[in-house]
Amino acid sequence: MKIVACIKQTFDTEAKIVIGGDGQISDEGVNMIVNPYDEFAVEEAIQTKEKDGGEVVVVTVGGDKAQEALRYCLAMGADRAFLINDPALVGADSRAVSVALAKLLSEKETGFDIIFAGKEAVDDGAAQVPSLLAERLDLAQANVATSCEIADGKATVTREIDGGSETLEIALPALISAQKGLNEVRYPSLPGIMKAKRKPLEVLSLGDLGLSADDVAAKVELVAAELPPARKAGQKLTGEVDEVVAKLVQLLQEEAKVI
Amino acid sequence: MSIVVCVEQRDRDIRKITFEALSEGKRLAVASGKTLKALLIGSGVAHLADDLKKYGVDEVAVVDNEALAVYTVESYAAVLAAYVAQETPALVLLGHSAVGKELAPRVAAKADCGLVTDCIEVTSADGDFLFKHPIYAGKAIGSYKIAGPVRMATLRPNVFAIEESDGAAGAAVDFAPEIPAAKVTVTGSEMASGDRPELTEADVICSGGRGLGGPEGFKLIEDLADALGAAVGSSRAAVDAGWREHAAQVGQTGKVVSPNLYVASGISGAIQHLAGMGSSKFIVGINKDEEANIFNVADYGIEGDLNKVIPALIEKLKELQ
Repeated sequence: MKIVACIKQTFDTEAKIVIGGDGQISDEGVNMIVNPYDEFAVEEAIQTKEKDGGEVVVVTVGGDKAQEALRYCLAMGADRAFLINDPALVGADSRAVSVALAKLLSEKETGFDIIFAGKEAVDDGAAQVPSLLAERLDLAQANVATSCEIADGKATVTREIDGGSETLEIALPALISAQKGLNEVRYPSLPGIMKAKRKPLEVLSLGDLGLSADDVAAKVELVAAELPPARKAGQKLTGEVDEVVAKLVQLLQEEAKVI
Repeated sequence: MSIVVCVEQRDRDIRKITFEALSEGKRLAVASGKTLKALLIGSGVAHLADDLKKYGVDEVAVVDNEALAVYTVESYAAVLAAYVAQETPALVLLGHSAVGKELAPRVAAKADCGLVTDCIEVTSADGDFLFKHPIYAGKAIGSYKIAGPVRMATLRPNVFAIEESDGAAGAAVDFAPEIPAAKVTVTGSEMASGDRPELTEADVICSGGRGLGGPEGFKLIEDLADALGAAVGSSRAAVDAGWREHAAQVGQTGKVVSPNLYVASGISGAIQHLAGMGSSKFIVGINKDEEANIFNVADYGIEGDLNKVIPALIEKLKELQ
């Protein structure tokens, strides 16, 4: 089995968001992590390899710093990694990322059986790349998977839908996007971290993939970023339980008008 | 030029998010001088076209085909993409539901157009549109433009007001694109039992956290939810402790919700939880820790023992009924 995991390096979920002088979100002093949903994807890829054999290839689009995220995945147990890094991809939209990944996986690093990705990234929250990539590679897909069994050239996937879950059977090759609950993500071991330093990590430019800047020109442009209006602390209701509850119900009826 | 809303139906019931999308689509169509069209996809769904007319739809395109009885993203995407290719709309709107989240990008790739997902505001100006989408789970808001001619957006549930309008004829026309053979077989589905609303669609949400003391504490939250006709949510801490399934988790690594009323009980208010519910219209915080961060965002804060406060609240609510 050749198993691909798509990842993105994102801000730590505990990070406070600061808008810099240029009107853009500042990454100064922010701890960078592997997008938590992508960790489930990498873990599933590694578990699949451990069960069925093969290799795990981790791919990402990002800047120089994204190598750290790839090394982390190699330390978890992935075998090889690709970073697509090009000045023309700075500020890339989801479409551009999917174009670059699709080119890598259809022409350079071909022959995969399955692609895992996180269901969305916790930074832009767009949840687009898995489906964009599946379409560009003409693959069947199962999104928001909470369990995945692979046998006899097909995957049986349980996935979250609004208000419940559904089970899909999907012939490989296919793309599966991971939801929390799919597995328990491992931490890299010390030997894993040492080994990861020597594992192949190839950095590719758009030119290496036969793409031009025009191919990844943004269709979606971030015009401005702003902080949401800060919520203010409201009123504390104090007194005996009965009084407090009566007061709350009255406020919900008369002021908030929500009950 | 038109604005197209892709209707979402499940078991021949049109979902609420579709009415929200139609209402917003109508507002934008009026503001930008465009027609509003709806695309209805499914099997045995033609009669649903009537339900769409009162939102001021100029035309409903109906794709009624047995091959579409069971939703799969590949087949529905093929239908929507064929319609987009025929219509070249200025804007295509879908709900940011489980279906819309995967259908929209799949179609955007086929049409090679730009897409902004999970919008909380769309405005029309000078023949273009501006899309606002929360990023970092609501810790910031991005404003986006999409290079045309076709633009796509998914709308966050519970944000856009439902508004009926009259005047449009809303004629139904058949549309019969080629439907590809399914590559995926749906072998089963399991819907949550009970009458509680779905989390992202709910008007009222009652959530519990670590302060509940254990999984049994959620009984109290469920009782309160039933008294309020609410959905039940959870903090990450309670999910990580195994007290509640992940589908109930509200926050940056769970669901992002924007109900009218959010009641947080025994939830400290970690930044990643606030990111998921900070856009709620009214927040009630119940916590015994006076320093709890939830009190910094709650419209109404109650410092006290939730095991006393919630039963008293349920009693009071029952008296009202």
